[in-house]
Amino acid sequence: MRILRGCAPAIVAFAMVWVAGAAPVLGQAAAPDVSDVHIDGQYGTFPTFMPTDVSKNGHDVDLLLSILHVFMIVLFVGWGIFFVWCLFKFRARSGHTADYKLVKAKAPKYLEVAVALFEAFLLIGMSMPVWARVKNKLPTEADNPVHIRVVAEQFAWNFHYPGKDGVFGKVAPEFVDPVSNPMGIDPSDPKGKDDFVSGELHVPVDRPVITSITSKDVIHSFSIPVMRVKQDAIPGMRIKIWFQPVQTGTYEVACAQLCGNNHYSMRALMKIESQSDYEAWVEEMAKGPAEFDEDDL
Amino acid sequence: MSDHDQGHHHGFLRTYVFSTDHKVIGVQYAVTALVFLFFGFCLMMMMRWQLAYPGHAIPVLGDLLPKLFGKDWGETNMAGGVMSPDLYNSFGAMHGTIMIFLGVVPLIVGGFGNYVMPLQIGAPDMSFPKLNMASYWVYFTGGVVMLASFFAPGGAASSGWTSYAPLSVTATQGQTWWLVGMVLLITSSLLGSVNFIVTILHLRAKGMTMFRLPFFVWAQFVTSFLLLLAFPPLEAAGVLQLMDRVAGTSFFMPQGLVVSGVVQDYAGGGSPLLWQHLFWFLAHPEVYVLILPAFGIITEIIANNTRKPLWGYRTMVYSVIFLGFTSFLVWAHHMFMTGMGTSISAFFATTTMIISIPSVILLTCLLITLYRGSIRFNTAMLFALSFLPMFAIGGLTGLPLGLPASDIALHDTYYVIGHFHYVVAPGTIFAAFAGVYFWFPKVTGRRMSEKLGKLHWFFSFIAINVVFMPMFFQGLAGVSRRLYDQTLYSWGDAMQGWTITSSWGAWALGAAQIFFIVNFFSSIKLGKRVTENPWDATTLEWSAPSPPPHGNFASVPTVHREPYEYSVPGMSTDFFPQNVSEA
Amino acid sequence: MSAGVLPYTVETHPVTGVYSGKLGTWLFLASEVMLFGGLFSAYVLLRVGAPEGTWPTREEAELSWKIGGFNTLTLIISSVTMVMAWASLKMHNFAKARIYLIITVLLALLFITLKLSLEYYPHWHEGLKPSTSVFFACYYTMTGLHALHILGGVVVMLYFIGPGASLWKTDPEHYTNRIECTGLYWHFVDLVWIFLFPVLYLMN
Repeated sequence: MRILRGCAPAIVAFAMVWVAGAAPVLGQAAAPDVSDVHIDGQYGTFPTFMPTDVSKNGHDVDLLLSILHVFMIVLFVGWGIFFVWCLFKFRARSGHTADYKLVKAKAPKYLEVAVALFEAFLLIGMSMPVWARVKNKLPTEADNPVHIRVVAEQFAWNFHYPGKDGVFGKVAPEFVDPVSNPMGIDPSDPKGKDDFVSGELHVPVDRPVITSITSKDVIHSFSIPVMRVKQDAIPGMRIKIWFQPVQTGTYEVACAQLCGNNHYSMRALMKIESQSDYEAWVEEMAKGPAEFDEDDL
Repeated sequence: MSDHDQGHHHGFLRTYVFSTDHKVIGVQYAVTALVFLFFGFCLMMMMRWQLAYPGHAIPVLGDLLPKLFGKDWGETNMAGGVMSPDLYNSFGAMHGTIMIFLGVVPLIVGGFGNYVMPLQIGAPDMSFPKLNMASYWVYFTGGVVMLASFFAPGGAASSGWTSYAPLSVTATQGQTWWLVGMVLLITSSLLGSVNFIVTILHLRAKGMTMFRLPFFVWAQFVTSFLLLLAFPPLEAAGVLQLMDRVAGTSFFMPQGLVVSGVVQDYAGGGSPLLWQHLFWFLAHPEVYVLILPAFGIITEIIANNTRKPLWGYRTMVYSVIFLGFTSFLVWAHHMFMTGMGTSISAFFATTTMIISIPSVILLTCLLITLYRGSIRFNTAMLFALSFLPMFAIGGLTGLPLGLPASDIALHDTYYVIGHFHYVVAPGTIFAAFAGVYFWFPKVTGRRMSEKLGKLHWFFSFIAINVVFMPMFFQGLAGVSRRLYDQTLYSWGDAMQGWTITSSWGAWALGAAQIFFIVNFFSSIKLGKRVTENPWDATTLEWSAPSPPPHGNFASVPTVHREPYEYSVPGMSTDFFPQNVSEA
Repeated sequence: MSAGVLPYTVETHPVTGVYSGKLGTWLFLASEVMLFGGLFSAYVLLRVGAPEGTWPTREEAELSWKIGGFNTLTLIISSVTMVMAWASLKMHNFAKARIYLIITVLLALLFITLKLSLEYYPHWHEGLKPSTSVFFACYYTMTGLHALHILGGVVVMLYFIGPGASLWKTDPEHYTNRIECTGLYWHFVDLVWIFLFPVLYLMN
């Protein structure tokens, strides 16, 4: 077509844009140090771009995503080929007229039914079981889980641990002090004496972690991409999700719901440790009363 | 039938400013909307600088804006020429709000709907011309309030166009202005939708049965029902949020909120999720308001430029009605991460999968229309054709978002931004451009330049894909939405190259619009003159003069056939207009 | 069909069976159902989600069913007078219709006055404000929005009693239709109150 002739300069311009923008991407594989702490894992690698998966259930989510994208690409390419072929074959030219009679096509109907059936399979066969397993079926005490309360605030994550007695102390807003008692733990409650609050999420490897999530002020969202978990932190509600790390390392927790001007910096570190390292850390942290350790930020 | 008004000579104000003629009102809506679209686009072009080069001063504007708006404004919002996080968030919230409520919907419903629909049904005007004028001016006022909110203390609304509570309740004054602006815009929509429905039902010309209506009219008809029934719950929610902000009520505020260490003085007992339910109850049908008129526009253009009847007209009509109805049943797929149980998430995931079916049917019917056609590639058709694969990408990427288990990884990431922008930007906005190139001759009596038009299309098409395709990659990588600086996270830093690519694509897209702006304004005076039917089209608007006079038709048209009788065998021409009685 | 006038302004459409203004009014009322429906849904969600003991009982809410009941009666009678106004116009008695319209306006104003003086004002001064509890937030907002709708109706009626009455002389059928549409709106506003009264005053 004539239009192709005028495209040459455009193609050059496009290529320049692409090179300028994409060049930094090529060769970007391992995670760089975004602070003075080294973060483990691979991020943004072709072809899936997905972060490292260090969780027990992540594989299920990833499988669903892969199947979905293959399905989507197959549909788009197949449909796209037919589309471009039509544009070429039925372009207006001398001697060619359109066909008034409407083609009686059975194929679209069968294709539509096939697509609908496949979507139903994805929903009932994959998404619903995975959702039930990952979100709603919490581990029981027999699985020896770790219990942590996650309390989001503008603009930090607070991880409240129950300490050696395994029981959380009572909390109330009137006891809140931003520095000494951010969780508002009732000082008269003996169960709260061994509780502690950390700005870092420490978890032992190969044990389920049950997090009970809430917020002090606005809606935040507790998101750990390498665990394939995400849960909104809604004030006034306490919502439980669980995950199980399968590999040690240092990773990141992000906030995934706009929460104000420092939403972008609401980042916490997650340290997955061996059982012994984890226990040592718990003992170290529990030495004082429920205190916000500035060094842990 | 001529309007009795034609005997009077109205002054400039009554003819061009406070007119009750649907054509004048349609042009008012379209031009105002295009200006707002441009403004919303400029906000985004500035945001993309901060995203690509975080912490770097914005070239030119970093100096100019503080000079324009004062030293105080500059120190708070653009210290050292660098956008502050607050300004970034308010640009983000206002970009969404302006594009949706001040730009796209007023353009495709208020602009195209008002201008073209009465002509296509053979009516002299809308059923309620004064109400029509009122709805434009209420929209205009709402727009002024929204723009004025940038100058409120603390700046414009910055809690996202979604205004989730409690963030929006505790936000600065700009949020109150946003709520007032929304009430005005919703009122304008309601008045307009009543007008559209009554006009389509009551003012069709003789012989124009419902199944002889151009698909464009059906699309506007269903859209009007969506606007009529879905907007009021948001108006209710807006009133409740205003009460929370101004009267200290606790509709959305739970007990015991502690903000920055200070226990908040609310009675409590409210629910943040209540806002989300009321908001999304509107906002989901709203996205179908964004797409249905676009489908209407491109259907007209595709039928006309393939020179054959639309394939599956009735199927498309039933699909669009079913789509409208189902759109009320899917809203909580925006809320999968709020702690939803298995049964409720299954319900909404099911309805979401079901609603994908009529969308695919609409695309399929248009695709099959191309088969055995005789396809002309003018600018309007280029935009209309490119709508199809772009909408397909947008629709397909909705699948991983609509399934709860995959949504865990993708919710509130750039994948969502890529998904909805593909549908609205190379989707609806391309359809709007197609409509401008197609109906410009009818409105002005002159053609736009095809050469400039094709350049506009080509560069826009490439640039828009460069902007939005990388966003899917970023979303898969875990990059969250609404981040002032993505590089603080490992995955954000790893994907920063793609961020830069998107930004350059956005600036290239902005530059590509120069072709359109130059073409649009110069063609008004310098475009080649046309007669009534430059496209050899069949629908009724092409039997009226270009431009149509007050009252539209010299004599009331009578309709004799279906809307897309092209290439009828045995005829000397390849089109058979609806109002012509014999070949 | 008079030249230059849009069709179906006065005569009914063969398929829908109504004139355009009436169809438009019904559509508008559908949107109003969604508006008040949104508010009622919010009420239900908040009521069901309220923890034990946090929702006031009827005594604690201090909402007098006697005053509410009297107000309900006032509105019902005003709906009757509204219909009588329209019926009088149908029988070409403009003077009678005007009197009925004025009575409707007075009844509406009585409703508002009782609401303000016997309910809002004393409640406010006892410290029962919208910010006091979610129940009162709902009470003030829902009855307040309803009261605004009553005032809106009053404005329209005053227009038709006053400057708008000149349409009766030029096109009596058109004027009658406008009063009919106003009546439809008025009955709707009455109906909303008939839902508000039991929900807020009686069901605690």
